[in-house]
Amino acid sequence: MSDVLAVVEQKDGALRGTAREVVTAAAALAAELGGQVHALVLGGPGTADGVDGLGAFGAEVVKVAEHAALAEYHPDGYAAVVSRLAREGGYGAVLFAATGEGKDLSPRVAAHLDVPLAADVTGLTVDDGTVVATRPIYAGKAFTQVAVEASPALVSIRPNVFQPAERAAAGTVETVEVTEDSSTWPTRVVSFTQTGGDIPDVAEASVVVSGGRGMKDPENWALLEELRAALGDAAGLGASRAVVDAGWRPHGEQVGQTGKTVAPRLYFAIGISGAIQHLAGMRTAGTIVAVNRDADAPIFKVADYGIVGDLFEVLPRLTEEVRSLRDGA
Amino acid sequence: MNIIVCVKRVPDTETRIRVGGDGQSIDPSGVKYVVSPYDEFAVEAALRLREANGAGEVTVVTLGDDASQDALRNALAMGADKALLLQGEVTQDGLATARALAAEIGEQDAPLVLLGVKAADDDQQQVGPMLATLLDRPCVTGVSNFELKDGVAVCRREVEGGHQEVEVDLPAVLTITKGEFEPRYASLKGIMAAKRKPLDKKEAAVAESRLRVTTMELPPEREGGRIVGEGPDAVPELVRLLREEANVL
Ligand SMILES: Cc1cc2nc3c(=O)[nH]c(=O)nc-3n(C[C@H](O)[C@H](O)[C@H](O)COP(=O)(O)OP(=O)(O)OC[C@H]3O[C@@H](n4cnc5c(N)ncnc54)[C@H](O)[C@@H]3O)c2cc1C
Ligand SMILES: Nc1ncnc2c1ncn2[C@@H]1O[C@H](COP(=O)(O)O)[C@@H](O)[C@H]1O
Repeated sequence: MSDVLAVVEQKDGALRGTAREVVTAAAALAAELGGQVHALVLGGPGTADGVDGLGAFGAEVVKVAEHAALAEYHPDGYAAVVSRLAREGGYGAVLFAATGEGKDLSPRVAAHLDVPLAADVTGLTVDDGTVVATRPIYAGKAFTQVAVEASPALVSIRPNVFQPAERAAAGTVETVEVTEDSSTWPTRVVSFTQTGGDIPDVAEASVVVSGGRGMKDPENWALLEELRAALGDAAGLGASRAVVDAGWRPHGEQVGQTGKTVAPRLYFAIGISGAIQHLAGMRTAGTIVAVNRDADAPIFKVADYGIVGDLFEVLPRLTEEVRSLRDGA
Repeated sequence: MNIIVCVKRVPDTETRIRVGGDGQSIDPSGVKYVVSPYDEFAVEAALRLREANGAGEVTVVTLGDDASQDALRNALAMGADKALLLQGEVTQDGLATARALAAEIGEQDAPLVLLGVKAADDDQQQVGPMLATLLDRPCVTGVSNFELKDGVAVCRREVEGGHQEVEVDLPAVLTITKGEFEPRYASLKGIMAAKRKPLDKKEAAVAESRLRVTTMELPPEREGGRIVGEGPDAVPELVRLLREEANVL
């Protein structure tokens, strides 16, 4: 019998979209391990006000660690607090989201607790009391099953893969005291410069609109942005390496073997040929749509739906149709 | 100032992966191996720093088998001064790798340790922050550019929606992502010189992996390949399919 700790993220006091996914995955594990789910949220003063709703996805207890020094993610502070609470709770498993924050935090916690970390997993089961994780390797060119032979089993889950499922539990909010001394944390975050708009990161977006060299010019991204906006708030922008190397788009948007590996529900590849390194990064998407004027482009081999044609004609029409569908709905 | 760069030998990104006879690892026949792309950025960053400072040595370290020497020779050909092969088994258990690296690096006088943000094979993004935690040094991940000022590493860190400026005192560990450090090609002269540069070997103490691989499989082939139509006139049908068949709109 052991409980499972779901480490979930908030931003500006509101839970991130991945929070429900992590709690859902934790609830499935807890059912197998015969324990309960404890969710853990770190944040600034007042965080406890924004954390309701996790009970519906299986969290028995929602622990909130509030401290002014934890308002923004801090690598040393978050690692110290999460490690301490993970140790104190005697958990059988600790789950994180494999987001930018989760990928920075989880290995630090693993080292503090002296347990391995199965990172960026797409499936979780329990076999005879041992947590077994499915991990994509070579950016999704192959999958391995790994038995996590340590307690707690540390796992980070890939965003958008574990669909939130309702499972009623108490969801009792508890605040936990932060006793750590922030003056001993060595990392100093001096500033943050926002460059992108307020849209989800490509690795976390549930819908991704990606553009490649076929877009011809960085100015034409306005067309992609219009489609993205029409698809709603959960949609993000991606790019091929060719356009990142050309300086048209930031590296943070690159999808592929040397960029981000993404698994959105819906992926649009616009003017992207479908090189092996690009496919590696997006082939586990739910539904793939390709627009390319070359009927032989390799992207069509993985696309569920394709349109052969000039993207400059297809894209505006697509945006218009999606918009009218959404307006009508 | 001495700098250590951790590099890993991985299959070239062009490689088609096939599962080996054991069903647990890849079939290495015909696979071309390279230095993991992000590790090349880290090597480049170290070389530029040495060139700017005019002093200190760049040592490249890898944990691996004898074949991993190619990765070290490649880094030497780019311009690293010396190399160390820690002989031991590499598994998906990044903590076991980090421990083996920490045991060696903790003994060396190198205030700056650079790694790739992630290895292009296991893709765990964990060895750097684990190594730093084990050494009790600060770690900045996803660094696209940095400079050293009076014993402080001032880093540009790429994060969601923008970038941060983050400072840590040396000794520190940084994981490097794509940014300012476009790697140089090894010149012919560099390749010749690399043959004469020191490459030491040492047995590493690697703990047994606690991430035990039970199976390895290729992803299911995507059915793929339904062309809905040509040109903008195909759009209404595409949107209908996305809504009614795929249920994603
Ligand atoms: C070590 C290494 C790592 C790499 N990592 C990555 C990675 O992480 N991600 C990645 O994406 N790539 C990666 N690559 C690069 C990859 O091999 C390809 O070069 C790249 O993906 C090509 O980008 P693209 O599809 O935008 O451009 P192209 O291959 O040039 O394709 C452009 C496409 O646009 C179409 N097109 C042109 N005009 C129009 C139009 N008007 N209407 C419709 N279609 C049009 C063309 O038919 C063509 O198919 C890597 C390469 C290497 C060597
Ligand atoms: N076997 C290894 N030997 C040396 N460095 C390694 C090894 N494995 C990983 N690293 C370093 O750790 C980084 C991150 O790897 P990973 O955590 O596996 O994604 C790599 O880019 C390398 O710099």
